[in-house]
Amino acid sequence: MKVKELLFKPIFKDNPIALQILGVCSALAVTVQLKNVVVMCAAVTLVTALSNVGVSLIRNHIPGSIRIIVQMTIIASLVILAEQFLKAYLYDQWKTMAVYVGLIITNCIVMGRTEAFAMKNGPVASFFDGIGNGLGYSFILIVVGFFRELFGSGKIFGFTVLEMTKDGGWYQGNGLMLLPPSAFIIIGLIIWAIRTNDPSQIEESN
Amino acid sequence: MAKGNQVGKTLLVAGLLCFVCSIIVSITVVTLKPQQAKNAEIDFKKNVLNAAGMLEPGDDVEEKFKQIQTVMVDIESGTITDAVNPKNFDQKSAAANPNYSVKIPADKDVAGLNMRSKYAKVFLVKDGDEVKKIILPISSMGLWARMYGFMALSGDTNTVEGFAYYQHGETPGLGAEVDNPKWRKQWVGKEIYNSDWEPVAGVVKQVNKPDHQVDALSGATITSNGVDTSLKYWFGEHGYKKFLANVRNGGL
Repeated sequence: MKVKELLFKPIFKDNPIALQILGVCSALAVTVQLKNVVVMCAAVTLVTALSNVGVSLIRNHIPGSIRIIVQMTIIASLVILAEQFLKAYLYDQWKTMAVYVGLIITNCIVMGRTEAFAMKNGPVASFFDGIGNGLGYSFILIVVGFFRELFGSGKIFGFTVLEMTKDGGWYQGNGLMLLPPSAFIIIGLIIWAIRTNDPSQIEESN
Repeated sequence: MAKGNQVGKTLLVAGLLCFVCSIIVSITVVTLKPQQAKNAEIDFKKNVLNAAGMLEPGDDVEEKFKQIQTVMVDIESGTITDAVNPKNFDQKSAAANPNYSVKIPADKDVAGLNMRSKYAKVFLVKDGDEVKKIILPISSMGLWARMYGFMALSGDTNTVEGFAYYQHGETPGLGAEVDNPKWRKQWVGKEIYNSDWEPVAGVVKQVNKPDHQVDALSGATITSNGVDTSLKYWFGEHGYKKFLANVRNGGL
């Protein structure tokens, strides 16, 4: 497969959240502020790419009976590294999203890619597949985070756009946007938009 | 034979993988630890300064914190003690450690804390011998979790200089408005005690004692009650009342 296809297909055509409906948990949890979204996306993208490389490198030596555990060990180690680096260099962000960084381990996108792609492909292709899926995940999270921060707290990346009434402005914040369920609604709308644009993604209903 | 080989290979791969991963993880953790500890310390100092209203954006936290003296207070006797080293003392974990905590009698436990540390880490800003500011850690149960904060009083041990929470799990937009600078600013200048030195400061829906009370947060009754009870408890008999009396009488 071509690099370009590996990188960009997961953004609209085969998006891990919108089509495969994976990794929704963290999409709800960390999208209140765009700053956290960016850190989370970077962490997930790197972990996905590097664990894909790791698994791909030893794919011919992984015994089938323990392959899931082997993948998990590699993913877990990388997540711990990501968390330690955040704690050392982006302490404020780490504080607000501490548990969710650790929960990247359980993000189905990471394991989904190692099992579905890295076990069958070379390290370079696996790397780009990981980056691509990370970007697909990031795309959805940034859109969700954008709307939640804008309508929930009137800000974008911490800069005031809509002056809130509680700070003496005119905008009455939407409380729902500050709570996780709002992310469900926004993701639903994104999926609707993507599938209207590309009807081949619509699943057959029984 | 083949089967034995397979088991052997499985064990070998598993063993090697665990070994490599654990080495990588350990090296990272050990190398990054000093930087992380520094971050945590700066963060803590920032919280103290922030509560006292001494931190402007862009200030150097370490530099500012040099004005502050850290002391350990024995809460029951209300005196400064050197029984514990403030450097290693964490009041939050001490409250859960039977060696360093006391059970709060049920009738006094208005703040829903259950246990309290015997010692408190208190921060003083001094000008010569005169105490200018006293920054006291307080805590109470909020809606979802314990709320931890600092109350900064002026040298008269009564007037609020600043008040801020540094850890809570309240609902964004409702209870989490305890962090709103506007709401926090209302506290400045309030008096904790009345003329009989009873802790009357509180959070109420209808302010009728404007010298002592602050408006409750709308839509966050339980959080507001949590703030209210934390003041009633920590500035009452079982809290810092004795210590503050000693400060007033020049007992420092």
